[in-house]
Amino acid sequence: MPAAEADKRARGIGALAQDTLWCFSQVKGTIEIGATEADIISTVEFNHTGELLATGDKGGRVVIFQREQESKNQVHRRGEYNVYSTFQSHEPEFDYLKSLEIEEKINKIRWLPQQNAAYFLLSTNDKTVKLWKVSERDKRPEGYNLKDEEGRLRDPATITTLRVPVLRPMDLMVEATPRRVFANAHTYHINSISVNSDYETYMSADDLRINLWNFEITNQSFNIVDIKPANMEELTEVITAAEFHPHHCNTFVYSSSKGTIRLCDMRASALCDRHTKFFEEPEDPSNRSFFSEIISSISDVKFSHSGRYIMTRDYLTVKVWDLNMENRPIETYQVHDYLRSKLCSLYENDCIFDKFECVWNGSDSVIMTGSYNNFFRMFDRNTKRDVTLEASRENSKPRAILKPRKVCVGGKRRKDEISVDSLDFSKKILHTAWHPSENIIAVAATNNLYIFQDKVN
Amino acid sequence: MMLSKGLKRKREEEEEEEPEKEALAVDTWWLDPRLPAVAQAPPAVPSNSLLDLSVLKLHHSLRQSEPDLRHLVLLVNTLRRIQASMEPEATLPSVPSPPEAPGVAADSLLASSDAALSASMASLLEDLSHIEGLSQAPQPLVDEGPPGRPSGGAPPGLGALDLLGPATGCLLDDELKGLFEDIDTSMYDSELWAPASEGLKPGPEDGPGKEEGLELDEAQLDYLLDVLVGTQALERPPGPGR
Repeated sequence: MPAAEADKRARGIGALAQDTLWCFSQVKGTIEIGATEADIISTVEFNHTGELLATGDKGGRVVIFQREQESKNQVHRRGEYNVYSTFQSHEPEFDYLKSLEIEEKINKIRWLPQQNAAYFLLSTNDKTVKLWKVSERDKRPEGYNLKDEEGRLRDPATITTLRVPVLRPMDLMVEATPRRVFANAHTYHINSISVNSDYETYMSADDLRINLWNFEITNQSFNIVDIKPANMEELTEVITAAEFHPHHCNTFVYSSSKGTIRLCDMRASALCDRHTKFFEEPEDPSNRSFFSEIISSISDVKFSHSGRYIMTRDYLTVKVWDLNMENRPIETYQVHDYLRSKLCSLYENDCIFDKFECVWNGSDSVIMTGSYNNFFRMFDRNTKRDVTLEASRENSKPRAILKPRKVCVGGKRRKDEISVDSLDFSKKILHTAWHPSENIIAVAATNNLYIFQDKVN
Repeated sequence: MMLSKGLKRKREEEEEEEPEKEALAVDTWWLDPRLPAVAQAPPAVPSNSLLDLSVLKLHHSLRQSEPDLRHLVLLVNTLRRIQASMEPEATLPSVPSPPEAPGVAADSLLASSDAALSASMASLLEDLSHIEGLSQAPQPLVDEGPPGRPSGGAPPGLGALDLLGPATGCLLDDELKGLFEDIDTSMYDSELWAPASEGLKPGPEDGPGKEEGLELDEAQLDYLLDVLVGTQALERPPGPGR
């Protein structure tokens, strides 16, 4: 479509971060302070239509929420998300050879585009990827010839007549079944999975290698990136995230602990150790410190929906890169620059190693990422305005408008501001998700899932 | 208990004795609530507490049954940076960094067997403690820094390191070192490095004064020259499973 048209539509869908009023919609999860560690949400993902919202937790469980149909009577209330299916995706395992326990924590969930009545998703822990089929059953066949009502086999000799089984309605049942298990392909910890636009393959990335899988084949995978040095003593860099291009099935990117991004083309060679493009911003000498490398480590990389840009998250910033410009990002947004002078204490308490994710809105006009104190930030790429919001129980009245928050960096603190030293670093928003086409966001705050929507006028 | 008390004293002394290190105050502001929070000026020389902290973290990370590789790599790279900046301008003829230099550190991360891991860990700690022992006065130092005993006598207050036995007392005695090489010290270490044990480093501030520091200087220089000339064995025998 002509550029002007695309622009108009983008402005309509995305709206402006500042002009958008975000309201509390729902919160899922326990309120008690003594919630177990197993309940900590470790990944959040909308499916391609936004009808379903999946979460994974440290206990290896997946919970899927489904948006209820909007009723014509309640126009002011958008469809709410209710539990659709809950299942145990991964169990803790023990690797007897290495005498190690393999955590059941779900690192990532990725949905497959819907091709029939069932829903399919990939979920992964540190070592094993599983393909789950989630399907509905609302009818039950009755009147088998060889089985009785309880399912016991009948003696064929007693059968004198034949009948055709009929389908009778039953209470809706949602079943999740593991259709494929992709195991034993990763020596190191899986940090990313990404479904290819061909819908036939996907990749899984660990600290040193990236493997390409065909959905139908579980007993082998192709290794497409291997950065393990011949001599492990020379290891200085690991892979931190990877993703396929949304449209070009031969292209993918992966990020590193040194703040670099490599774009690879699978047509170039079987093993994509040589990148096609290399994205790195030169270090700012005025900001140099002993922690420079740690804070430059990229924790997440995401293609824009258009496929023209990539967004990366490091400890203090979010950057947008144009695929056609490798030497620096086109946009840099400060998430919480007031932490720059606190790096030493954040190093001491290990917070400096926290891995924050970042997301695009449906029209690629606004980006969002999390911070501490249950704060999360949105940046409007067009207006260059940003906002800080908080996911907390205090702001949890239905349709209550979220008030922008501000962190006071020095000097006098205004009434509504919070000082840097009062921030709660145990309350971190690492995982967020944005509905593919509407202004609905899901924010994971430890063991609670908040859903916010923009105000419907 | 004793170790952490020692550390506290050392820190206060550090602040008293070295008031000119304004930059370091920034690093340690979070340790002393009395200090006002100042804007960060990146310190040219890292504080010893930063080095301690990093070594402690590395040790803790290595103790995990399956260390987080990213965490480990970032820690080691940071530690290398700290070590590198603690070395002054070399007055010696340029010493090519021995290939084992990163290996000593990386080895300890990435060795797969427990025995190799603990042997490497011990050697890494030896190296770092050696560097810390010299850090009080600027001294030329080979990157790997094969453990050498300061000829001025072991600085007092070695504390925990003494307990490791061969780590400090008889470093030059290959035979003795060899004896202890394949002993699994991981359990031993873990008791020592329990949360309270921050007294990882010897207390150079408690120890020799400036003059003695200079003596160490020359002794170390001699040793290093010997190493370069090849009269001293540089390599340690590799640990089992490496």
